Amino acid sequence: MRNPKRYLIPVLLLIAIAIYIDLPSTKAVTIPNPFGTKPLFSHPVQTRLGLDLQGGVQALLQSEIPCDQVPPEAMKTARAIVEKRVNGLGVSEAVVQLADNCRIVVELPGERDPEHALAVIRKTGVLEFVDLGDTYLPPGTPIQTDFRSKQSNQKGEEATPTPEASATPQKTPAAKASPTPAASPTPKPKIWHTVMTGAELKSVRVEPNPTGGGYEIAFTLTDKGAKIFGDYTSKNVGKILGIVLDGKLISAPRVNSPITDGSGVITGNFTLQSANDLAIQMRYGSLPVPLKVVQSRTIGPTLGEDSLRKSIHASIIATIVILLFMLLYYRLPGFVADLALITYALLSFAIFKWIPVTFTLPGIAGFVLSVGMAVDANILIFERMKEELRAGHPLQQAIDLGWERAWPSIRDANISTLITTAILFWFGNAYGASLVKGFALTLALGVLVSLFTAVTVTRIFLHTLLDAVDFSEHHKWFGI
Amino acid sequence: MDIVGKRYLYFAISLSVIIPGLIALALWGLPLAIDFTGGSMLEVQFQGKAPAPAEVIAIYHEFGIGDPTVQSSTNNTLIIRSKPIDEATMNKLVKTMEERFHTKVIVRQFSTVGPSVGKEVARRAAGAVGLAAIAILLYITYAFRGVPHAFRYGTAAIIAMLHDVLVTLGVEAILGHFLHWEADAMFLTAMLTIIGFSVHDSIVVFDRIRENSLRYRRLPYETLVNHSIVQTLDRSINTQLTVMLTLLTLALFGGVTTRHFVIILLVGIFSGTYSSIFNAAPILVVWENKEWRCWLKGRLKCDNANAEA
Repeated sequence: MRNPKRYLIPVLLLIAIAIYIDLPSTKAVTIPNPFGTKPLFSHPVQTRLGLDLQGGVQALLQSEIPCDQVPPEAMKTARAIVEKRVNGLGVSEAVVQLADNCRIVVELPGERDPEHALAVIRKTGVLEFVDLGDTYLPPGTPIQTDFRSKQSNQKGEEATPTPEASATPQKTPAAKASPTPAASPTPKPKIWHTVMTGAELKSVRVEPNPTGGGYEIAFTLTDKGAKIFGDYTSKNVGKILGIVLDGKLISAPRVNSPITDGSGVITGNFTLQSANDLAIQMRYGSLPVPLKVVQSRTIGPTLGEDSLRKSIHASIIATIVILLFMLLYYRLPGFVADLALITYALLSFAIFKWIPVTFTLPGIAGFVLSVGMAVDANILIFERMKEELRAGHPLQQAIDLGWERAWPSIRDANISTLITTAILFWFGNAYGASLVKGFALTLALGVLVSLFTAVTVTRIFLHTLLDAVDFSEHHKWFGI
Repeated sequence: MDIVGKRYLYFAISLSVIIPGLIALALWGLPLAIDFTGGSMLEVQFQGKAPAPAEVIAIYHEFGIGDPTVQSSTNNTLIIRSKPIDEATMNKLVKTMEERFHTKVIVRQFSTVGPSVGKEVARRAAGAVGLAAIAILLYITYAFRGVPHAFRYGTAAIIAMLHDVLVTLGVEAILGHFLHWEADAMFLTAMLTIIGFSVHDSIVVFDRIRENSLRYRRLPYETLVNHSIVQTLDRSINTQLTVMLTLLTLALFGGVTTRHFVIILLVGIFSGTYSSIFNAAPILVVWENKEWRCWLKGRLKCDNANAEA
């Protein structure tokens, strides 16, 4: 750095931005567009609290098929389905992630009832063929069916549906299912009739559409399914048959002709991808791979609040102790290091909100620890600077020498810390050990930001200060 | 200040901590948490006075759940560990406790880990530690490539690291036995952090040796190393102080949840600074002088042998 003072303005600007992001009221960073309504740039920022700080449920699901035999695509689909179910719980900020190639981590911050939550995640979803009559509904529409309401009346919410038992009674589906106009104006959601459930599917495959582009899904049915389906389709040519998974419409094909031989095709605007997705969902009812809960963790809200309050307390005290120590021991440079340290805290907090990094207890410990390491870089530099001053170098030169000579050890030491954090992160990632991961991530970010503030920002501040006031004769300001 | 000259005294101090720790490990073992063994942990707080552990164990037995152990904590809280149970069973247990003890029971935390996952986590953890050691050894050998015997620096740093791992494991075994601590995933995190710090400290001292060896080529190696240690002593102590102060405040004010974690970090980081000053750098001298040739002759150092030669 030839002229460190040149960088003062950019650094101050950076600090100002960081302070803006740090403000509790800031929910997003937006650059408005002067020529239009759509902003040029917008990024949400948030303080995200981990399960251990706000309470909640965490679960690790693992495929019951051995890990090396699970197709990755199936795991991706399973994750998407679990995510849909989790979203049905109404938990905000829920996390559903793949870990390794056969595990799914589910985090439900704020969830109070682990038994219910896990039952919802674990349930074997229900695929239904629903008589929609003449009503076309877009995919994604929630559908209430008589089959599902019977299920929940019989067994309560967490019951695993047994489709076979209730799929048989519908002998005259068309007559009952035709929409009754008198009932529709009521605000109550309409209950549609289930013709048949996914239990009657024998095989499902994706084929290219012979008459044009795109793909279609061909399926065959069991003998019982073929009979039900034949009866229904003969009476309902031209009507719409809804395919419903877990209470949501995923496709609404029209019955073009009676299907009596127990096989049929679903046509629609399918790409290979979307046809495959639907086929997987049809084939496995819900989850393409059976999942079991191998690990779960529930943190009560009281413990979470308690931990949050105490750790914020401790971090503030720790920071004040360090600020005082640096000021008393290193005097003027110590004061500058304190400024750099505050800069460090502001910048890293802003980065945590930007990414966003989930705050966990060990994460806060990692952050406080990285404050200690940020100070270490400054201590290395200042000790070196003092040595050069004692050796008789003039002040400016001593400062530059201090930086130059302390750099290799700061670099090597921090790289070895980064190596460890990388390994920790990898370890935590594979097991959904979000506590370990949080710690590794905050420590690594802390080390990187501290390199910038302790090495660069301190130097800029110190040079600026030295130019403003002449300290050349005041060695005691430097603790000598 | 002559640190290198008294190196065997400092080695002895290290051993006087490590050996009792190893004995404790052999006697009591390292109680592993459900993170590694599999099982369930339920922490409940009673609105009224907490019942006697035996009464809670009786309820577990009624449900046919094996091996429950109950540990009392502050604020009428009990921590109950057992074979893995699911959420439904947990809810039933809590309900039964409420009925039987006529008080409200709040679930503070509940975890359950399947046994196979636990074993796999333990195995992967050992792999993580080994991988970290190898990566750091390689990096140091690379960073010191300009210095003769660069490999020695990496090895000495790893020995100092092993020292810190052993000290921490020993302290965990001793304290854990009396305070009923269990090694969990957080303990593992603490260990890995200690490894990182240990090397961090060693590198600062080694870096000085690297720099001084280029500047004072004619100085005997032993003097050079000692000089480098003394030069970096201020920094080592000050850094140590700031990190210790932060950890102490976390231990005192940070709440019970992280206390075990923070105390283990305190022990390990103190050990890390000690080993980098009093073990890592002196080991380089032992290696340079090949002093192990003289240990067989009943002497620690080879000063006389050198003089005779």
